Amino acid sequence: MDPLLTLQNICYSYHTPDGETLALENISFTVDEGEFIAIVGPSGCGKSTLLNLICGLMKPQSGEIALHGEPVTHTRPEIGYMLQKDHLFEWRTVYRNILLGLEIQHKCTPENIARADALLETYGLASFKNSRPSQLSGGMRQRAALIRTLVLDPNLLLLDEPFSALDYQTRLSVCDDIGIIIKKEKKTAVLVTHDLSEAISTADRVIVLSKRPGKIRSIIPIKLDIEDRTPFRSRNAPNFKDYFNLIWKELNCHE
Amino acid sequence: MNNLSAAQAAYLAARKRHRRIVTAARILLLVLFLFIWEAAAQYGLIDSFIFSSPSRIVRTFRDMCADGSLFLHAGVTLLETIISFLLVVILGTACAVLLWLFRKLSEILEPYLVILNSLPKSALAPLLIVWLGANVRTIIVAGMSVAIFGTILNLYASFREADPDKLKLIATLGGSRMDTLWKVVLPSNIPMLISISKVNIGLSLVGVVIGEFIGARQGLGYLIIYGSQVFKLDWVIMSIVLLCIIAMALYSLISTIEKHSRKWL
Repeated sequence: MDPLLTLQNICYSYHTPDGETLALENISFTVDEGEFIAIVGPSGCGKSTLLNLICGLMKPQSGEIALHGEPVTHTRPEIGYMLQKDHLFEWRTVYRNILLGLEIQHKCTPENIARADALLETYGLASFKNSRPSQLSGGMRQRAALIRTLVLDPNLLLLDEPFSALDYQTRLSVCDDIGIIIKKEKKTAVLVTHDLSEAISTADRVIVLSKRPGKIRSIIPIKLDIEDRTPFRSRNAPNFKDYFNLIWKELNCHE
Repeated sequence: MNNLSAAQAAYLAARKRHRRIVTAARILLLVLFLFIWEAAAQYGLIDSFIFSSPSRIVRTFRDMCADGSLFLHAGVTLLETIISFLLVVILGTACAVLLWLFRKLSEILEPYLVILNSLPKSALAPLLIVWLGANVRTIIVAGMSVAIFGTILNLYASFREADPDKLKLIATLGGSRMDTLWKVVLPSNIPMLISISKVNIGLSLVGVVIGEFIGARQGLGYLIIYGSQVFKLDWVIMSIVLLCIIAMALYSLISTIEKHSRKWL
Protein backbone atom coordinates (compact mmCIF):
# COMPACT_ATOMS: atom_id res chain seq x y z
CA MET A 1 0.00 0.00 0.00
CA ASP A 2 1.24 3.47 -0.85
CA PRO A 3 1.98 5.67 2.15
CA LEU A 4 -0.54 8.40 3.00
CA LEU A 5 2.09 11.06 3.52
CA THR A 6 5.58 11.29 2.10
CA LEU A 7 8.25 13.83 3.03
CA GLN A 8 11.37 13.91 0.90
CA ASN A 9 14.52 15.87 1.74
CA ILE A 10 12.68 18.76 3.34
CA CYS A 11 14.78 21.83 4.19
CA TYR A 12 13.47 25.04 5.67
CA SER A 13 15.10 28.30 6.82
CA TYR A 14 13.75 31.32 8.63
CA HIS A 15 14.69 34.73 7.28
CA THR A 16 15.15 37.84 9.42
CA PRO A 17 17.00 41.09 8.65
CA ASP A 18 19.87 39.71 10.76
CA GLY A 19 20.25 36.64 8.62
CA GLU A 20 19.08 33.19 7.86
CA THR A 21 18.49 30.36 10.34
CA LEU A 22 18.33 26.81 9.10
CA ALA A 23 15.46 25.19 10.98
CA LEU A 24 15.04 21.84 9.25
CA GLU A 25 17.58 19.89 7.25
CA ASN A 26 16.96 16.93 4.99
CA ILE A 27 13.85 15.53 6.62
CA SER A 28 12.46 12.42 4.96
CA PHE A 29 9.85 9.99 6.27
CA THR A 30 6.56 8.41 5.35
CA VAL A 31 3.33 7.89 7.25
CA ASP A 32 1.02 4.99 6.45
CA GLU A 33 -2.75 5.10 6.54
CA GLY A 34 -4.02 4.65 10.12
CA GLU A 35 -0.60 5.12 11.70
CA PHE A 36 0.05 7.29 14.74
CA ILE A 37 3.41 9.08 14.51
CA ALA A 38 4.94 11.14 17.30
CA ILE A 39 7.74 13.62 16.66
CA VAL A 40 9.92 14.51 19.63
CA GLY A 41 12.89 16.79 19.92
CA PRO A 42 14.41 19.56 22.03
CA SER A 43 12.60 22.91 21.97
CA GLY A 44 13.43 25.01 18.95
CA CYS A 45 14.26 22.00 16.78
CA GLY A 46 11.60 22.90 14.24
CA LYS A 47 8.89 20.43 15.28
CA SER A 48 6.07 22.92 14.83
CA THR A 49 7.62 24.21 11.63
CA LEU A 50 7.43 20.68 10.28
CA LEU A 51 3.70 20.52 10.96
CA ASN A 52 3.15 23.91 9.32
CA LEU A 53 4.93 22.58 6.23
CA ILE A 54 2.91 19.35 6.13
CA CYS A 55 -0.28 21.34 6.54
CA GLY A 56 0.63 23.61 3.63
CA LEU A 57 0.67 26.82 5.69
CA MET A 58 4.33 27.30 4.71
CA LYS A 59 6.31 26.11 1.73
CA PRO A 60 9.54 24.13 2.13
CA GLN A 61 12.69 25.72 0.73
CA SER A 62 13.51 22.45 -0.99
CA GLY A 63 12.17 18.94 -0.97
CA GLU A 64 8.70 17.64 -1.51
CA ILE A 65 5.69 16.81 0.62
CA ALA A 66 3.00 14.62 -0.89
CA LEU A 67 -0.37 13.44 0.37
CA HIS A 68 -1.64 10.38 -1.52
CA GLY A 69 1.16 11.07 -3.97
CA GLU A 70 -0.08 14.59 -4.71
CA PRO A 71 2.19 17.48 -3.69
CA VAL A 72 0.85 19.69 -0.85
CA THR A 73 1.03 23.32 -1.97
CA HIS A 74 -1.71 24.94 0.09
CA THR A 75 -3.99 24.04 3.00
CA ARG A 76 -6.27 21.13 2.14
CA PRO A 77 -9.45 19.92 3.75
CA GLU A 78 -8.02 16.38 4.03
CA ILE A 79 -5.59 17.63 6.64
CA GLY A 80 -6.87 18.60 10.08
CA TYR A 81 -4.75 20.61 12.50
CA MET A 82 -5.04 20.78 16.26
CA LEU A 83 -3.25 23.61 18.00
CA GLN A 84 -1.71 23.86 21.46
CA LYS A 85 -4.71 25.64 22.88
CA ASP A 86 -8.30 24.87 21.95
CA HIS A 87 -8.99 28.41 20.67
CA LEU A 88 -12.71 28.00 21.02
CA PHE A 89 -14.29 31.40 20.37
CA GLU A 90 -15.99 32.78 23.43
CA TRP A 91 -18.43 34.77 21.26
CA ARG A 92 -19.83 31.54 19.81
CA THR A 93 -21.64 28.66 21.48
CA VAL A 94 -19.88 25.28 21.61
CA TYR A 95 -22.05 24.11 18.72
CA ARG A 96 -21.25 27.12 16.54
CA ASN A 97 -17.56 26.68 17.37
CA ILE A 98 -17.71 23.12 16.11
CA LEU A 99 -19.36 24.24 12.88
CA LEU A 100 -16.67 26.89 12.26
CA GLY A 101 -14.73 24.80 9.74
CA LEU A 102 -17.87 23.80 7.84
CA GLU A 103 -18.92 27.46 7.68
CA ILE A 104 -15.55 28.49 6.31
CA GLN A 105 -15.48 25.73 3.72
CA HIS A 106 -19.15 26.35 2.83
CA LYS A 107 -20.03 22.76 3.66
CA CYS A 108 -22.95 23.23 6.03
CA THR A 109 -24.89 20.44 4.28
CA PRO A 110 -27.48 18.40 6.19
CA GLU A 111 -25.17 15.33 6.20
CA ASN A 112 -22.28 17.29 7.67
CA ILE A 113 -24.49 18.90 10.31
CA ALA A 114 -25.81 15.45 11.17
CA ARG A 115 -22.23 14.22 11.56
CA ALA A 116 -21.45 17.14 13.87
CA ASP A 117 -24.48 16.24 15.99
CA ALA A 118 -23.46 12.58 16.03
CA LEU A 119 -19.90 13.41 17.11
CA LEU A 120 -21.20 15.67 19.89
CA GLU A 121 -23.48 12.88 21.02
CA THR A 122 -20.79 10.16 20.88
CA TYR A 123 -18.23 12.19 22.76
CA GLY A 124 -20.52 13.47 25.49
CA LEU A 125 -20.83 17.13 24.53
CA ALA A 126 -24.42 17.09 23.27
CA SER A 127 -25.78 18.61 26.46
CA PHE A 128 -23.24 21.45 26.20
CA LYS A 129 -24.21 22.35 22.64
CA ASN A 130 -25.55 25.75 23.58
CA SER A 131 -23.05 26.50 26.35
CA ARG A 132 -20.23 28.99 26.06
CA PRO A 133 -16.71 27.50 25.88
CA SER A 134 -15.88 29.04 29.27
CA GLN A 135 -18.46 26.75 30.87
CA LEU A 136 -16.52 23.63 29.77
CA SER A 137 -13.63 22.02 31.64
CA GLY A 138 -10.16 22.03 30.08
CA GLY A 139 -10.56 18.44 28.90
CA MET A 140 -13.97 19.03 27.38
CA ARG A 141 -12.69 22.11 25.59
CA GLN A 142 -9.88 20.12 23.99
CA ARG A 143 -12.39 17.45 23.01
CA ALA A 144 -14.61 20.12 21.44
CA ALA A 145 -11.57 21.39 19.52
CA LEU A 146 -10.94 17.84 18.24
CA ILE A 147 -14.56 17.50 17.14
CA ARG A 148 -14.26 20.85 15.32
CA THR A 149 -11.44 19.22 13.32
CA LEU A 150 -13.13 15.81 12.90
CA VAL A 151 -16.33 17.33 11.53
CA LEU A 152 -14.38 18.15 8.38
CA ASP A 153 -13.55 14.43 8.06
CA PRO A 154 -9.80 14.80 7.49
CA ASN A 155 -7.60 11.84 6.49
CA LEU A 156 -4.63 13.14 8.38
CA LEU A 157 -4.61 14.84 11.76
CA LEU A 158 -1.72 17.07 12.81
CA LEU A 159 -1.47 17.61 16.57
CA ASP A 160 0.82 20.41 17.72
CA GLU A 161 1.42 19.74 21.44
CA PRO A 162 -2.33 19.73 21.99
CA PHE A 163 -2.04 18.79 25.68
CA SER A 164 0.76 21.10 26.78
CA ALA A 165 -1.56 23.88 27.96
CA LEU A 166 -3.33 21.52 30.40
CA ASP A 167 -2.32 20.66 33.95
CA TYR A 168 -0.65 17.27 34.43
CA GLN A 169 -3.67 15.31 35.63
CA THR A 170 -6.02 16.63 32.95
CA ARG A 171 -3.29 16.09 30.43
CA LEU A 172 -3.03 12.36 31.11
CA SER A 173 -6.76 11.84 30.80
CA VAL A 174 -7.22 14.13 27.78
CA CYS A 175 -4.31 12.43 26.02
CA ASP A 176 -5.98 9.07 26.65
CA ASP A 177 -9.32 10.45 25.54
CA ILE A 178 -8.05 12.00 22.31
CA GLY A 179 -5.87 8.96 21.55
CA ILE A 180 -8.87 6.64 21.83
CA ILE A 181 -11.08 8.93 19.71
CA ILE A 182 -8.44 9.10 16.96
CA LYS A 183 -8.09 5.30 16.89
CA LYS A 184 -11.84 4.85 16.91
CA GLU A 185 -12.36 7.26 14.01
CA LYS A 186 -9.51 5.44 12.20
CA LYS A 187 -7.55 8.60 11.56
CA THR A 188 -3.89 8.90 10.73
CA ALA A 189 -2.13 11.27 13.11
CA VAL A 190 1.17 13.11 13.48
CA LEU A 191 1.71 14.36 17.04
CA VAL A 192 4.42 16.85 17.93
CA THR A 193 5.44 16.85 21.60
CA HIS A 194 8.37 17.39 23.92
CA ASP A 195 6.93 14.90 26.41
CA LEU A 196 8.62 11.53 25.81
CA SER A 197 6.07 9.51 27.80
CA GLU A 198 3.27 11.06 25.81
CA ALA A 199 5.01 10.16 22.56
CA ILE A 200 5.66 6.53 23.56
CA SER A 201 2.20 6.01 25.02
CA THR A 202 0.37 7.20 21.90
CA ALA A 203 2.56 6.46 18.89
CA ASP A 204 3.19 3.52 16.60
CA ARG A 205 6.49 5.13 15.64
CA VAL A 206 8.48 7.90 17.29
CA ILE A 207 10.62 10.21 15.17
CA VAL A 208 13.48 11.79 17.14
CA LEU A 209 14.75 15.14 15.88
CA SER A 210 18.12 16.67 16.76
CA LYS A 211 18.78 20.20 18.00
CA ARG A 212 18.59 23.05 15.47
CA PRO A 213 18.91 22.61 12.59
CA GLY A 214 16.44 19.75 13.03
CA LYS A 215 17.55 16.50 11.43
CA ILE A 216 16.07 13.05 11.91
CA ARG A 217 18.19 11.31 14.50
CA SER A 218 16.23 8.07 14.46
CA ILE A 219 12.81 6.57 13.84
CA ILE A 220 11.80 4.12 16.55
CA PRO A 221 8.87 1.70 16.10
CA ILE A 222 7.02 1.23 19.39
CA LYS A 223 5.80 -2.29 20.15
CA LEU A 224 4.45 -2.40 23.69
CA ASP A 225 3.79 -5.76 25.39
CA ILE A 226 0.24 -4.99 26.34
CA GLU A 227 -3.26 -5.91 25.24
CA ASP A 228 -5.93 -3.34 24.29
CA ARG A 229 -3.45 -0.57 24.03
CA THR A 230 -4.65 2.90 25.00
CA PRO A 231 -2.36 5.82 25.77
CA PHE A 232 -3.01 5.50 29.49
CA ARG A 233 -2.56 1.73 29.71
CA SER A 234 0.57 1.93 27.57
CA ARG A 235 2.33 3.60 30.45
CA ASN A 236 2.09 0.33 32.40
CA ALA A 237 3.69 -1.77 29.68
CA PRO A 238 6.79 -3.57 30.98
CA ASN A 239 8.96 -2.33 28.11
CA PHE A 240 7.67 1.28 28.30
CA LYS A 241 10.72 2.41 30.29
CA ASP A 242 13.09 0.70 27.83
CA TYR A 243 11.69 2.87 25.04
CA PHE A 244 11.88 5.87 27.33
CA ASN A 245 15.56 5.24 28.02
CA LEU A 246 16.29 4.57 24.36
CA ILE A 247 14.69 7.81 23.19
CA TRP A 248 16.23 9.72 26.08
CA LYS A 249 19.64 8.49 24.99
CA GLU A 250 18.93 9.36 21.37
CA LEU A 251 18.01 12.91 22.37
CA ASN A 252 21.03 13.43 24.57
CA CYS A 253 23.90 11.75 22.73
CA HIS A 254 26.48 13.73 20.73
CA GLU A 255 25.71 16.92 22.68
CA MET B 1 -28.31 33.07 52.14
CA ASN B 2 -29.40 33.28 55.80
CA ASN B 3 -26.56 31.15 57.17
CA LEU B 4 -23.82 33.73 56.62
CA SER B 5 -20.89 33.47 58.99
CA ALA B 6 -20.33 36.43 61.29
CA ALA B 7 -17.13 37.38 59.47
CA GLN B 8 -18.87 37.31 56.08
CA ALA B 9 -21.75 39.41 57.42
CA ALA B 10 -19.29 41.91 58.86
CA TYR B 11 -17.46 42.07 55.54
CA LEU B 12 -20.69 42.69 53.61
CA ALA B 13 -21.78 45.34 56.10
CA ALA B 14 -18.42 47.12 55.80
CA ARG B 15 -18.74 47.10 52.02
CA LYS B 16 -22.24 48.51 52.16
CA ARG B 17 -21.16 51.21 54.62
CA HIS B 18 -18.25 52.18 52.38
CA ARG B 19 -20.54 52.56 49.36
CA ARG B 20 -23.05 54.59 51.34
CA ILE B 21 -20.38 56.98 52.59
CA VAL B 22 -19.10 57.55 49.06
CA THR B 23 -22.59 58.19 47.65
CA ALA B 24 -23.53 60.49 50.54
CA ALA B 25 -20.28 62.45 50.19
CA ARG B 26 -20.85 62.90 46.46
CA ILE B 27 -24.33 64.31 46.98
CA LEU B 28 -23.18 66.46 49.88
CA LEU B 29 -20.37 67.95 47.80
CA LEU B 30 -22.83 69.02 45.09
CA VAL B 31 -25.33 70.44 47.57
CA LEU B 32 -22.59 72.30 49.42
CA PHE B 33 -21.22 73.76 46.19
CA LEU B 34 -24.68 74.94 45.08
CA PHE B 35 -25.41 76.33 48.54
CA ILE B 36 -22.16 78.31 48.78
CA TRP B 37 -22.62 79.60 45.23
CA GLU B 38 -26.19 80.73 45.97
CA ALA B 39 -25.27 82.27 49.32
CA ALA B 40 -22.27 84.11 47.89
CA ALA B 41 -24.49 85.56 45.18
CA GLN B 42 -27.25 86.52 47.65
CA TYR B 43 -24.86 88.29 50.02
CA GLY B 44 -23.00 90.05 47.24
CA LEU B 45 -19.69 88.22 47.72
CA ILE B 46 -19.70 87.50 43.98
CA ASP B 47 -21.37 89.49 41.23
CA SER B 48 -24.29 87.33 40.15
CA PHE B 49 -24.46 89.26 36.87
CA ILE B 50 -21.11 87.68 35.92
CA PHE B 51 -21.10 84.48 37.97
CA SER B 52 -24.85 83.80 37.83
CA SER B 53 -26.32 81.69 40.64
CA PRO B 54 -28.26 78.43 40.97
CA SER B 55 -31.54 80.25 41.38
CA ARG B 56 -30.90 82.43 38.31
CA ILE B 57 -30.00 79.33 36.31
CA VAL B 58 -33.22 77.61 37.37
CA ARG B 59 -35.19 80.72 36.43
CA THR B 60 -33.52 80.94 33.03
CA PHE B 61 -34.15 77.25 32.53
CA ARG B 62 -37.83 77.67 33.33
CA ASP B 63 -38.24 80.68 31.04
CA MET B 64 -36.52 78.96 28.14
CA CYS B 65 -38.54 75.81 28.66
CA ALA B 66 -41.67 77.92 28.56
CA ASP B 67 -40.85 79.53 25.20
CA GLY B 68 -39.46 76.25 23.82
CA SER B 69 -36.11 77.70 22.77
CA LEU B 70 -34.26 75.43 25.22
CA PHE B 71 -35.56 72.27 23.55
CA LEU B 72 -34.50 73.61 20.17
CA HIS B 73 -30.92 74.40 21.24
CA ALA B 74 -30.35 71.28 23.33
CA GLY B 75 -32.09 69.09 20.74
CA VAL B 76 -29.98 70.41 17.88
CA THR B 77 -26.74 69.84 19.80
CA LEU B 78 -27.82 66.35 20.86
CA LEU B 79 -28.88 65.37 17.35
CA GLU B 80 -25.68 66.68 15.76
CA THR B 81 -23.61 64.84 18.37
CA ILE B 82 -25.40 61.54 17.84
CA ILE B 83 -25.16 61.77 14.04
CA SER B 84 -21.46 62.59 14.09
CA PHE B 85 -20.84 59.85 16.66
CA LEU B 86 -22.60 57.23 14.52
CA LEU B 87 -20.72 58.36 11.42
CA VAL B 88 -17.44 58.12 13.35
CA VAL B 89 -18.23 54.56 14.43
CA ILE B 90 -19.20 53.44 10.91
CA LEU B 91 -16.47 55.28 8.98
CA GLY B 92 -13.80 54.62 11.61
CA THR B 93 -14.51 50.88 11.58
CA ALA B 94 -14.58 50.81 7.77
CA CYS B 95 -11.22 52.61 7.54
CA ALA B 96 -9.66 50.35 10.20
CA VAL B 97 -10.85 47.31 8.23
CA LEU B 98 -9.33 48.69 5.02
CA LEU B 99 -6.02 49.35 6.78
CA TRP B 100 -6.08 45.82 8.20
CA LEU B 101 -6.83 44.31 4.80
CA PHE B 102 -4.08 46.27 3.05
CA ARG B 103 -0.94 46.11 5.18
CA LYS B 104 1.10 48.26 2.78
CA LEU B 105 -1.54 50.98 2.67
CA SER B 106 -1.58 51.16 6.45
CA GLU B 107 2.18 51.44 6.65
CA ILE B 108 2.16 54.24 4.07
CA LEU B 109 -0.65 56.18 5.78
CA GLU B 110 0.39 55.68 9.39
CA PRO B 111 2.50 58.85 9.90
CA TYR B 112 -0.23 61.01 8.34
CA LEU B 113 -2.89 59.51 10.57
CA VAL B 114 -0.72 60.13 13.61
CA ILE B 115 -0.26 63.78 12.63
CA LEU B 116 -3.95 64.26 11.93
CA ASN B 117 -4.80 62.62 15.23
CA SER B 118 -2.55 64.89 17.28
CA LEU B 119 -3.57 68.06 15.42
CA PRO B 120 -5.83 70.29 17.57
CA LYS B 121 -9.06 69.89 15.64
CA SER B 122 -10.37 73.32 16.72
CA ALA B 123 -7.80 74.72 14.29
CA LEU B 124 -9.74 73.10 11.45
CA ALA B 125 -13.14 74.55 12.37
CA PRO B 126 -12.75 77.96 10.67
CA LEU B 127 -11.53 76.21 7.54
CA LEU B 128 -14.50 73.87 7.54
CA ILE B 129 -16.87 76.85 7.73
CA VAL B 130 -15.26 78.41 4.67
CA TRP B 131 -15.21 75.16 2.72
CA LEU B 132 -18.58 73.70 3.64
CA GLY B 133 -20.55 76.79 4.68
CA ALA B 134 -22.19 77.68 7.98
CA ASN B 135 -24.64 74.80 8.22
CA VAL B 136 -25.44 71.59 10.06
CA ARG B 137 -23.22 69.56 7.75
CA THR B 138 -20.15 71.57 8.81
CA ILE B 139 -20.94 71.07 12.48
CA ILE B 140 -21.34 67.31 12.04
CA VAL B 141 -18.01 67.19 10.18
CA ALA B 142 -16.40 69.22 13.00
CA GLY B 143 -17.81 66.72 15.51
CA MET B 144 -16.43 63.83 13.50
CA SER B 145 -13.03 65.41 12.98
CA VAL B 146 -12.26 65.29 16.70
CA ALA B 147 -12.96 61.57 17.08
CA ILE B 148 -12.35 59.86 13.74
CA PHE B 149 -8.56 59.65 13.58
CA GLY B 150 -8.18 58.32 17.11
CA THR B 151 -10.87 55.75 16.35
CA ILE B 152 -9.11 54.52 13.22
CA LEU B 153 -5.71 54.31 14.93
CA ASN B 154 -6.93 52.61 18.10
CA LEU B 155 -9.20 50.17 16.32
CA TYR B 156 -6.55 49.25 13.76
CA ALA B 157 -3.97 48.71 16.51
CA SER B 158 -6.43 46.45 18.27
CA PHE B 159 -7.22 44.56 15.03
CA ARG B 160 -3.53 43.83 14.64
CA GLU B 161 -3.31 42.41 18.13
CA ALA B 162 -5.73 39.60 17.27
CA ASP B 163 -4.29 36.33 18.60
CA PRO B 164 -1.98 34.92 15.88
CA ASP B 165 -2.96 31.37 16.87
CA LYS B 166 -6.62 32.16 16.22
CA LEU B 167 -5.62 33.48 12.79
CA LYS B 168 -3.66 30.27 12.26
CA LEU B 169 -6.71 28.23 13.24
CA ILE B 170 -8.73 29.92 10.50
CA ALA B 171 -5.90 29.27 8.02
CA THR B 172 -5.71 25.58 8.95
CA LEU B 173 -9.47 25.32 8.38
CA GLY B 174 -8.83 26.66 4.88
CA GLY B 175 -10.17 30.17 5.57
CA SER B 176 -9.32 33.30 3.62
CA ARG B 177 -8.42 36.73 4.98
CA MET B 178 -12.08 37.73 4.77
CA ASP B 179 -12.99 34.68 6.90
CA THR B 180 -10.40 35.83 9.42
CA LEU B 181 -11.96 39.29 9.40
CA TRP B 182 -15.55 38.16 9.86
CA LYS B 183 -14.97 35.21 12.18
CA VAL B 184 -12.12 36.44 14.41
CA VAL B 185 -11.05 40.06 14.04
CA LEU B 186 -14.43 41.80 14.06
CA PRO B 187 -16.23 39.71 16.70
CA SER B 188 -13.24 39.75 19.04
CA ASN B 189 -13.06 43.55 18.78
CA ILE B 190 -16.64 44.39 19.71
CA PRO B 191 -15.69 45.12 23.36
CA MET B 192 -12.87 47.36 22.08
CA LEU B 193 -15.26 49.18 19.75
CA ILE B 194 -17.62 49.86 22.64
CA SER B 195 -14.88 51.14 24.90
CA ILE B 196 -13.63 53.45 22.11
CA SER B 197 -17.22 54.60 21.69
CA LYS B 198 -17.34 55.69 25.32
CA VAL B 199 -14.54 58.16 24.60
CA ASN B 200 -15.90 59.07 21.17
CA ILE B 201 -19.32 60.19 22.28
CA GLY B 202 -17.65 62.83 24.48
CA LEU B 203 -15.22 63.84 21.75
CA SER B 204 -18.05 64.23 19.23
CA LEU B 205 -19.79 66.55 21.66
CA VAL B 206 -16.61 68.63 21.97
CA GLY B 207 -16.32 68.89 18.17
CA VAL B 208 -19.98 69.79 17.75
CA VAL B 209 -19.75 72.59 20.34
CA ILE B 210 -16.60 73.94 18.64
CA GLY B 211 -18.48 73.89 15.35
CA GLU B 212 -21.47 75.67 16.87
CA PHE B 213 -19.22 78.36 18.34
CA ILE B 214 -18.35 79.65 14.91
CA GLY B 215 -20.88 78.45 12.42
CA ALA B 216 -24.36 78.03 13.90
CA ARG B 217 -27.58 79.84 14.61
CA GLN B 218 -28.84 77.08 16.91
CA GLY B 219 -27.44 74.76 19.53
CA LEU B 220 -25.91 75.07 22.98
CA GLY B 221 -22.53 76.12 21.55
CA TYR B 222 -24.26 78.97 19.73
CA LEU B 223 -26.13 79.90 22.91
CA ILE B 224 -22.84 80.07 24.85
CA ILE B 225 -21.15 82.35 22.31
CA TYR B 226 -24.22 84.51 21.79
CA GLY B 227 -24.87 84.75 25.53
CA SER B 228 -21.30 85.87 26.22
CA GLN B 229 -21.51 88.52 23.47
CA VAL B 230 -24.71 90.06 24.80
CA PHE B 231 -23.61 89.54 28.41
CA LYS B 232 -26.40 87.11 29.26
CA LEU B 233 -24.12 84.93 31.36
CA ASP B 234 -27.09 83.05 32.83
CA TRP B 235 -27.54 81.56 29.35
CA VAL B 236 -23.89 80.67 29.14
CA ILE B 237 -23.68 78.94 32.48
CA MET B 238 -27.00 77.17 32.06
CA SER B 239 -25.79 75.87 28.69
CA ILE B 240 -22.63 74.57 30.30
CA VAL B 241 -24.68 72.78 32.95
CA LEU B 242 -26.85 71.28 30.21
CA LEU B 243 -23.73 70.13 28.32
CA CYS B 244 -22.57 68.38 31.49
CA ILE B 245 -25.90 66.60 31.75
CA ILE B 246 -25.92 65.62 28.05
CA ALA B 247 -22.34 64.31 28.26
CA MET B 248 -23.21 62.24 31.31
CA ALA B 249 -26.41 60.89 29.77
CA LEU B 250 -24.66 59.86 26.53
CA TYR B 251 -21.83 58.20 28.45
CA SER B 252 -24.20 56.21 30.62
CA LEU B 253 -26.16 55.19 27.50
CA ILE B 254 -23.01 53.59 26.06
CA SER B 255 -22.19 52.03 29.43
CA THR B 256 -25.62 50.42 29.46
CA ILE B 257 -25.07 49.07 25.95
CA GLU B 258 -21.71 47.74 27.12
CA LYS B 259 -23.28 45.90 30.05
CA HIS B 260 -25.91 44.33 27.83
CA SER B 261 -23.43 43.37 25.14
CA ARG B 262 -21.43 41.40 27.73
CA LYS B 263 -24.47 39.25 28.19
CA TRP B 264 -24.86 38.45 24.49
CA LEU B 265 -21.17 37.95 23.80
